[in-house]
Amino acid sequence: MTPELTGEIVLDEVVPARAPWTALLKAGQTLRIIDLEGNQAVDFLMYSAADDAERYSAQDTIAAQGNIFLREGSVLMSNEGRPMAVVTGTAVDYHDTIGGACSCESNTLRYGHHTKAQHACVENFLQGNARYGRGKRDMVSNINWFMNVPVEADGTLGIVDGISAPGLFVDMRAEMDVVVVVSNCPQINNPCNGFDPTPVRMVIAG
Amino acid sequence: MSDTSTADPASARAHARSMAGTKVDFMPTVPASEAQDIPDGVDPAAMLWAETIAPGGYAAKRLDRGARLRLTDLEGDACVSMLVFSAERPVERLNVADTLKVQWNGYLGAGKLLLSDMGKVLASILEDTAGAHDAFCGASNAAANARRYGSGDNWGPHPNARDRFMLGVGKFGLGRKDVHPCVNWFKGVRIAEDGATRFNAGPHARGAQVTLRAEMDVIVVLANCPHVLDPRPAYTVTPARVLAWRGPPTPADDPIRNATPEGLRAFQNVEEDLAR
Repeated sequence: MTPELTGEIVLDEVVPARAPWTALLKAGQTLRIIDLEGNQAVDFLMYSAADDAERYSAQDTIAAQGNIFLREGSVLMSNEGRPMAVVTGTAVDYHDTIGGACSCESNTLRYGHHTKAQHACVENFLQGNARYGRGKRDMVSNINWFMNVPVEADGTLGIVDGISAPGLFVDMRAEMDVVVVVSNCPQINNPCNGFDPTPVRMVIAG
Repeated sequence: MSDTSTADPASARAHARSMAGTKVDFMPTVPASEAQDIPDGVDPAAMLWAETIAPGGYAAKRLDRGARLRLTDLEGDACVSMLVFSAERPVERLNVADTLKVQWNGYLGAGKLLLSDMGKVLASILEDTAGAHDAFCGASNAAANARRYGSGDNWGPHPNARDRFMLGVGKFGLGRKDVHPCVNWFKGVRIAEDGATRFNAGPHARGAQVTLRAEMDVIVVLANCPHVLDPRPAYTVTPARVLAWRGPPTPADDPIRNATPEGLRAFQNVEEDLAR
């Protein structure tokens, strides 16, 4: 069940598989991300539009809610300890914010040097941020919508088979004006995209 | 009160100079070779850093590849938050997410690596007698400290780790955007099956130690502030001791270097980068 978005639809776009995407989300607006074909990790960062040294902080978000999983009601916090957005609804049990983004360099560690030249989320984040004058030092731990990273009792963790499905969604309402920078994850070496990157749909309302 | 006049420059200079040699609880020993707690087997001439960080204090230092860095929780209630940068290219820095993901584990301890965002190892954990650390919850911030303690400013009695980091990185020409996700030593966070954070506030046994080995030339920035999850209403944190000494770069047959295929590639990427 996907609820109707309230307010005027101001944007409705499909992000191609493997591509970056950016948008301004004004305070009070809702961004809906739809996992069109199922189990497509959507790597997500956001920056305060007024002061981009203030940005999403996975660690502040985890500390503030006392839980590593993002669920309905999760408040997405900045590195200054302020709410940037709220997860107002999702059809998926939980989403990840500890797994970070894939990069050419970390791929060489995880899978071998043969993966160095593969496209990766950090490449998309760099490209998406470049138009705003941001660069590598602006990369911080991100959200992975629709990605599943369980942690076992001894600390063992990993990206495992997803718990999303075609058409499932996540909604977030901005609490301040933010610039959203997304990588529609191109990873093909782990199950975060079902080994097959696919498009996702972005809708902004309000 | 001093009897010394400070009415003119010469007497003000004499007054200032008369303070030299003062010992306080929280200070560096310069030179570090004169520290009273040099570890057994370490040549005093190899000492690089000896400093006690106050509750709420911070410190930062450049260390060469091979250097050992020992952090000690002197009284059992330190919380040492740490940033790490490549000294050669500070835009390369600790990536906490990669550190956990690449090692398939969320808990830091002996034998684990701290990884950069460029697929390289910044430091290895040689020894750990604490067994309770945190890579999930990050630094405290001004807002969180203001809510709990009434203030969180650098100039007040309840400094927060993020603003301490900002000062520390500033001394190396870095700024607010460079205060990246951190690790916290001596305060443990474990994750329950439902994702909940389980905080181990301590206090712990006095004298717990973590010893790191720099695997490239690094800048480390340390802040010793109460953990952001610490539920105690009073600003509770005790001093941390920092010792560093010169050491050899990691040899090819090092057991930590060879412990996992992912870690070995992180060492190989450093060695490839340093090849000239």
